[in-house]
Amino acid sequence: MGEAPAGSPVRSERTGDVAVVYAGDYLNKLSGERIERVCRERLREGCRALVVDFNETSMVNSIGVSILLGVIDAAERTSARLVFAGASGQAAQLFQLLGLTRHVTLAPDKQTALKLLSEFTDAGAANH
Amino acid sequence: MAEQTDKLIHAFSALADLGAEIAESRDFEEMVRSTLHVVLGALGLRRGLVAEYEREPALLRFVAAWGMGDDAPNMATFDAGRAELLCVGSGLLNLSETQTRPALPQQLGTELTATLVSLRVSLVAPLVVHGELVGLIALGGKATDEAFTAEDRDVIRTMAHHIGVGIHNHRLLREVERRADENRQLYNNLRGIYRDTVRAFAAAIDCKDKYTQGHSERVGKYAEIIARELGWSEEQIEGVAVGGYLHDVGKLVVERDIINAPYRIDAKQSSELNRHPAAGYEILAPIRHPDADIPLMAKYHHERIDGRGYPEGLMGDEIPPAAKVVALADSFDAMTTDRTYRRRKEFPDVIEDLRSNTGRQFASDVVIAFCRALLKEVDGTPRERRITRLLGKGYIEPELVRPLLVELIEELEARAHATAGNG
Repeated sequence: MGEAPAGSPVRSERTGDVAVVYAGDYLNKLSGERIERVCRERLREGCRALVVDFNETSMVNSIGVSILLGVIDAAERTSARLVFAGASGQAAQLFQLLGLTRHVTLAPDKQTALKLLSEFTDAGAANH
Repeated sequence: MAEQTDKLIHAFSALADLGAEIAESRDFEEMVRSTLHVVLGALGLRRGLVAEYEREPALLRFVAAWGMGDDAPNMATFDAGRAELLCVGSGLLNLSETQTRPALPQQLGTELTATLVSLRVSLVAPLVVHGELVGLIALGGKATDEAFTAEDRDVIRTMAHHIGVGIHNHRLLREVERRADENRQLYNNLRGIYRDTVRAFAAAIDCKDKYTQGHSERVGKYAEIIARELGWSEEQIEGVAVGGYLHDVGKLVVERDIINAPYRIDAKQSSELNRHPAAGYEILAPIRHPDADIPLMAKYHHERIDGRGYPEGLMGDEIPPAAKVVALADSFDAMTTDRTYRRRKEFPDVIEDLRSNTGRQFASDVVIAFCRALLKEVDGTPRERRITRLLGKGYIEPELVRPLLVELIEELEARAHATAGNG
């Protein structure tokens, strides 16, 4: 599977307050900046939770890591929940090694991530 | 141990990313932003900024920041003494030690130290190249919430050195570009001065002949129009325009009485007048013109395609193309302006003259190009009507002139086609 061509849009979908953003197979400066832009846009639009789906991601480089740390920062600043879903192999190892996993919720796949978030939302509603 | 190895492998890979970003980024700020990302991503740091140091006016200009929201400063004053102090130390400054090491605020300055601490920066690496401060990188917030290790510091030192070299090289490049711009400006100024001098010279040439005032300037302009229509390069067009302006410079050595004779001059006077192309060459040859053919344009503007011109009786392609252009421009202006001994020709007669003399006196492609340029003006294609303006109001009647031009162009093209076919 090749890298998404330069300038190709990042795939994302939104259900209510939750947005899912799909990372491509290689997270570098080009693709990372596009993902970051979409994540910030969704947060500005009022999303309370973001799922970044790494199911197709086989490689993340140093710039990709830095940009993801920026996404974490943006989510924290808006008190939004952030879930990294489907990360495996080199990407998962790197997130663990560099401490990204301390600041995000991990889920094995998108469905589990969405379920986690709905439970969180339900719990929040129940507490009110 | 395995984790330490993995971290080192990742840092090593990041170092390769850093080299690529420094080498490949054309834009300075883009390069700095990318290198900051590499450092942050190599160690999992949540915030950082990179500043470029400018000795004059002694300030740090923050070029890139990450993880600081809108709080990152744009610039900070930083005097030369502090810059030297940082270079001498050339090590990393741990801002978490500001309480225990009072020397730290002295190195960075109390205000900058306070700013960086408020931004939760914990480590500052001066960027030093050839013993001079080129900037600094400020880092903080490991995502693991751990303190910087000795290995982290080694990675930061190595990367800081690379980033410093990258900034230094971009500065050199900017300096080279600035000087190239200055040289370009200087060159353009010199060209302007050259052009003005040429025009002044042309005016001086025409002053000698009270009936041909403005002739040289008009020939320059006609020549430029023809060359443009022929599709010549801008340098060639400018060269032939200058050749047009200066083609009669040799007349400066011809007796004023002969030039201004209110009658047809005799053979002896004609011979004297015919010296002017060679004299013009002698005047222009020692000057280093941007276009080396300019002296030849003066020398050969009275040569004819059929070899019956002067001073050398050159034929066809022996005549330089620019001299052919100047020759037509010169003759056209002579036909379309009043002289001491005759009125100017009516335009249909000019067309007839061009028809009968193309292939004898004038080069076919040059005449066709000139007619095409004039036809475009008659049809209103170019916004600026240069030829018709030079000819004066009322001289050209579009509805009369258009069919004459079309007919002549078609005839000359057919002739050229037939000649090529016979060849």
